[in-house]
Amino acid sequence: MDVKAIRQMFPILDQEVNGHPLVYLDSSATSQKPISVIEAVENYYRFDNANVHRGVHTLGSRATDQYEGAREKVRRFINARSTAEIIFNRGTTTGINSVALSYARENLKPGNEILITPMEHHSNIIPWQQAAKVTGATLNYIPLQDDGTVALEDIRKLVTENTKVVAIAHVSNVLGTINPIKEIAKIAHEKGAILVVDGAQGVPHMKVDVQDLDCDFYAFSGHKMLAPTGIGVLYGKRELLENMEPVEFGGEMIDFVSLQESTWKELPWKFEGGTPIIAGAIGLAAAIDFLEDVGMDNILEHEQKLADYVMDRLRTVEDIKVYGPEHRAALVTFNLGDVHPHDVATALDSFGIAVRAGHHCAQPLMKWLNVTATARASFYLYNTEDDVEKLVDGLLKTKEFFGDVF
Amino acid sequence: MSFNNLETLYRQVIMDHYKNPRNRGALQGDALTVDMNNPTCGDRIQLQMQIEDGVVKDAKFEGEGCSISMSSASMMTQAIKGKKIAEALEMSKVFSEMMLGEEVDSNTDLGDAQALSGVSQFPARIKCATLAWKAMEKGVNDK
Repeated sequence: MDVKAIRQMFPILDQEVNGHPLVYLDSSATSQKPISVIEAVENYYRFDNANVHRGVHTLGSRATDQYEGAREKVRRFINARSTAEIIFNRGTTTGINSVALSYARENLKPGNEILITPMEHHSNIIPWQQAAKVTGATLNYIPLQDDGTVALEDIRKLVTENTKVVAIAHVSNVLGTINPIKEIAKIAHEKGAILVVDGAQGVPHMKVDVQDLDCDFYAFSGHKMLAPTGIGVLYGKRELLENMEPVEFGGEMIDFVSLQESTWKELPWKFEGGTPIIAGAIGLAAAIDFLEDVGMDNILEHEQKLADYVMDRLRTVEDIKVYGPEHRAALVTFNLGDVHPHDVATALDSFGIAVRAGHHCAQPLMKWLNVTATARASFYLYNTEDDVEKLVDGLLKTKEFFGDVF
Repeated sequence: MSFNNLETLYRQVIMDHYKNPRNRGALQGDALTVDMNNPTCGDRIQLQMQIEDGVVKDAKFEGEGCSISMSSASMMTQAIKGKKIAEALEMSKVFSEMMLGEEVDSNTDLGDAQALSGVSQFPARIKCATLAWKAMEKGVNDK
């Protein structure tokens, strides 16, 4: 994998920030976009823009072909059985909310249980809190091990006949924990529960095969995998989606409308009310082309090397505390001595290094870690060991600066 | 190693307030209490004020956050103590203008809080600096 060549496809990386070459270590928040994605969106607007599924005219056909072509590309990318199982939406949050609003509200009753973990992003907690409130079901948590992983034997004990939904992140956006989705799906299914996966930090970084994982729903966001913001995907097993009511009603999703009653289009369109995110889907297709050209296995291997490297190098920084397991995705969440993470992030930014600081939309996890905030550096296919060296150097300088002023 | 850029923000007086906060703690007896947080970053403050005859007799704060938000709370409580409510609100207005990098046309003396003027060059940190002032405004306006 030629990272130098890859970097050249990302025009944004070639700039100085605060007098230093930009070191972008915030891809878990959003990834940068290659020129091919930017051009795909631009070309669509420049040459083919029209609404989909309705025009008889040529531009309408072109737009529809590209939009539906993107769906087929996503299907192949995650190995779904059918494009009926690929629903385009705004992102992971929308995907999980759709399942919570439709499947959960229709299938849960008092006495039932939703099981999640404390490592979830708010978007995989709050929809379940709301579903529990409305249905009278109970929301329970699978405990975390000391290193921020889940133990399958715990899950085996906790999932009962009353458990109807298990929801978990494929990869934790804070700890970097990679959860054993396939094994969890098996446990859930043995007791008749479904498994909903928050794939926001999964799909961008590793080959995901939804049939092999055998999860029931898998939600992810385009903007974390080189595509534009505003486009996301909800994969759902066809037999479940068939029996679910739409969440949004209006144009695009109907079959026949009379004064009092309406019927829905078939899958996947019954879940795509309103004019869809056409340019976003086309950008996502270009992003998938880019990722497949590089190869998902190569990307994973590159990131695993970076993850090992950054963990090794951070061990040399005095007073740093890194949270999460040793074996992890390519992201590190940490605190540097007594320096507040916002101050760490501002200091790193002054050296051109972009990291995230705060609670990372995971307040329950911050509580579990017993911190109010942390800093996070996250890596992607365009990051290098040199970026890690700059991070380490930046952290040492940050310590020097705050050591002097304190 | 030169830290010119960072030194614009983290002046000595700011770090001093962060390390040795003034008026940190809780007020005894009857006090106006305001809780405020910055949901995007998790900083939080509880501000207590004792107001008599339109004058801020005493002010204390508790909270968690970065050096900017906590030093600002320390400086703010120091600045408003003994001031009339109208004066405190004027200070808050002047402080906000300073954060936006605007020319401040006022004789109002912000005291140590003046040292936070460099924050205007770090847009992402303005909310940290204004948290305590917003809490003060909310407290006196709700009263």
